[in-house]
Amino acid sequence: MIPPLVMQLLDSLAALLLLLSFAMLAQRRIVTLVDLFALQGAVLCAATLLLAWRTGEVNLYLSAALTLSVKVIALPRLLHAMIRRLGVYWDTDPLLNISGTMLVGVPIVVFAFGLAQPISALASTATRSAIGIAIAVILLAFLTMITRRKAMSQVIGFLSMENGLFFGAMCASYGMPMIVELGVALDVLVAMLVLGVFFFQIREQFDSLDLDRLESRREAP
Amino acid sequence: MHSAHIRFKSIEASDPQLSATSASALAEVLALLAAWLVVGLAGLVRPGSLRFAGRTLFPLGALVSVAIAVVAAANLGAAPTRVVLPFGLPDLPMHLRLDPLSGIFLVLLGAASAGISVFAAGYFRSGEGTPPGLLCFQYHVFLASMGLVLLADDAYAFMIAWETMALSSYFLVIAQHRIAEIRRAGYLYLVMAHVGALAILLCFGVLQGGSWQFTFDAMRGAHLPPAWAGAAFLLALAGFGAKGGLVPLHAWLPEAHPAAPSPVSALLSGVMLKMAVYGLLRVAFDLIGGLPWWWGLVPVALGLFSALYGIAFAAAQTDMKRLLAYSSIENLGLLFTGIGLAMVFRGASMPTFAALALVAVLYHAINHAFMKSLLFLGTGAVLHSTGERNLGRLGGLIHRMPWVAWLTLVGALAIAGLPPLNGFVSEWLLLQAFLASHAVPYPFVNMLLPLGLGLVALIAALAGYVMVKFFGVVFLGRAREAALADAHDAGFAERLGLGWLALGCVLLGLLPAAVVPVLAGVAQWLGVGALPRPAAGWWMLVPLDARQASYAAPVIAATLFAAVAATSFVLRLVYRRRVRLAEPWACGGAGLSGRTQDTAEGFGQPIRHLFAPFFAMRRALPSPFDAEPRYEVTIGDRFWNVLYAPLAPLTDRVAGALAALQRGRIATFLLYALVTLCLLLALVLVL
Repeated sequence: MIPPLVMQLLDSLAALLLLLSFAMLAQRRIVTLVDLFALQGAVLCAATLLLAWRTGEVNLYLSAALTLSVKVIALPRLLHAMIRRLGVYWDTDPLLNISGTMLVGVPIVVFAFGLAQPISALASTATRSAIGIAIAVILLAFLTMITRRKAMSQVIGFLSMENGLFFGAMCASYGMPMIVELGVALDVLVAMLVLGVFFFQIREQFDSLDLDRLESRREAP
Repeated sequence: MHSAHIRFKSIEASDPQLSATSASALAEVLALLAAWLVVGLAGLVRPGSLRFAGRTLFPLGALVSVAIAVVAAANLGAAPTRVVLPFGLPDLPMHLRLDPLSGIFLVLLGAASAGISVFAAGYFRSGEGTPPGLLCFQYHVFLASMGLVLLADDAYAFMIAWETMALSSYFLVIAQHRIAEIRRAGYLYLVMAHVGALAILLCFGVLQGGSWQFTFDAMRGAHLPPAWAGAAFLLALAGFGAKGGLVPLHAWLPEAHPAAPSPVSALLSGVMLKMAVYGLLRVAFDLIGGLPWWWGLVPVALGLFSALYGIAFAAAQTDMKRLLAYSSIENLGLLFTGIGLAMVFRGASMPTFAALALVAVLYHAINHAFMKSLLFLGTGAVLHSTGERNLGRLGGLIHRMPWVAWLTLVGALAIAGLPPLNGFVSEWLLLQAFLASHAVPYPFVNMLLPLGLGLVALIAALAGYVMVKFFGVVFLGRAREAALADAHDAGFAERLGLGWLALGCVLLGLLPAAVVPVLAGVAQWLGVGALPRPAAGWWMLVPLDARQASYAAPVIAATLFAAVAATSFVLRLVYRRRVRLAEPWACGGAGLSGRTQDTAEGFGQPIRHLFAPFFAMRRALPSPFDAEPRYEVTIGDRFWNVLYAPLAPLTDRVAGALAALQRGRIATFLLYALVTLCLLLALVLVL
């Protein structure tokens, strides 16, 4: 049984995760966006460590180490390097203005909590109340991807979505099987590298990372 | 072949002697199919060599054909044997089975393709289009796949063979793929073949009846409720009807047959269309159990309409291969009619008449394989020699190409249903079956079905009319073009192929008393019913009862021959030295050109008027004051305008509506993903 203090700590960490998601939704500076993403990873790592300590699951320790190395250290460094080389620091004028995006975010969180209720009822873990937050993080990250113009911020949104999935798995069943987690971590790294190559290609072709330029390339209807 | 892994099982294990021979028969047939494949593969070794393919491979393929026909014919009476080949997907071995029904169609396949292959040996020329070696490969894959269709004993094997047949024949149809029109015809054929295959696949899905076992044995054992049995039958009728050119699913047939090289047209029309007949027989009489009798009325009605429609269009055609293609629609219509009739009789507990109708179907299928292949090959020879398919530019070829003309005449007379040739026998048997339809114990049906008798008679008469047109315009009269003077007769291999098929027509016509008991054995094996075997000589065909109807082909042949000989003898005796020869169609005078003859359009004109509602006709008539009068008529297919033509704009419109979704913004696509995700999640929540 997990003591109430630890439970409360876990819940606050989850809340922090959600708050960070909203912050990412609102942030227009890409460098800060990367920092927020790293912070989200750190919070996730802390929550995992806490849970691992209380439940004694070895898998969770490994999982926390993985999160730390990939999402807190490796990916943000990679992203920062890329931002410097590409020179994209801002994602100005999003498709939907910031306050509008935040307003859309609220019903999405409500929906996510509604959705989580039956799942929470089924789960047997101590952390089941946080499942709603995990789903909310996934959907908010999706929203971040939709409202942004720069390919870079969409990639960060995508990575943040993965954070939500990770957190969801952790809350519902103390983490995914190790092999799945390893696979996902590897996938994320590979995807990052591939996308990096794409960024450079896109800039070569269009002198910009604005997706609008790409969109003008679509097939004529 | 992994012969070590092949397990042979005989149903009737009680007779080891019998099962041993028939098991080896299935092995022999399989080995021969493999031989076809080997011959085809050999063509790929030197794809460009016409001599190798023509001189060596096609004759070898013809030998294999003969061997298949002989092996299958020798084992028609044997019990079914089966084999499980460890091919295909994991855990889905191929079930094959040789039984009397597949056997009789194997005989048809082997016997007809033997003549066609021999003809093909001399037919293909080098030129643009598919190289001869590749053509040889496709041709033999096509043959082998048809053999496999007949042997398949589970739905997977059947569908694989069926699709291989469709694909290989598609490539054969577009052999001259540099011509856009031919590519279009091929595409239409491919689309229709796949629509049909889809229906057949669904039919098998229904037939397994919830057991999820797709062997034919499981389907035989499944007991379907009548509604599902009816659905399965309708799907089978649609699927096999699309392959067999049943109106309104016939649109591909008059396009694909003229587009293909003539030996391929002969194979398509003579042999492949019979696979549709086989499939429907297999489903309706072997696999479906508990089908209400009245479903048989559907193929009767569609078949009769199809036959009338086909023959009316054949009468209006001016392209000789299109004419034959429409005539194939007619013949297949008659076959479907016979199948339906047999189903009605079976349901009405009139087993003798059911067997009679089925024997008529089998007989006509074999006959049509011979006579239509013969005619298509004849047009191929004409096409090679003159470069013309248009009837309006042919004529008088009997003087230039006597071999082709006389051999084609045999086919034309046969398909016109004249005694003593084979077409008469099967149509006569079908009429005999129809004559009994008034005794069916269902009200209205017993009044309406006999009307089919009149329709069949009308169709047979029109077929005669069409054949007079076909043969008369191509071979008789005078040459309509000066270039026809250079026409030359067919080569040795081509004559041999034509001769083989013509011989088949004559023998099947003269010896029906030997053929009918064999076919009756097949019908009896299918559990339809038995024909009585009245004592009669080999020359006398008595299907039911000598007091009712009998037919002595050799006697009629001898009488006809004697009458013709006597007439010509008397004429020569009486009119000696008082004969003056003039050009035909010159009214005894001279100075009229080859243009002043009856034309294909003119000959078909009365039919066009009688059956005007069938045709979407556009005419441009000249006025009497035109300096250069032109007469033009184009004949369209109403079904094309109503059923097929609207499909393309409809698809375009649906695609256009869907294109509105594709805005090309990545954010929009992501939004779709989010909305879909939320909807699905909400669905999960609700459920």
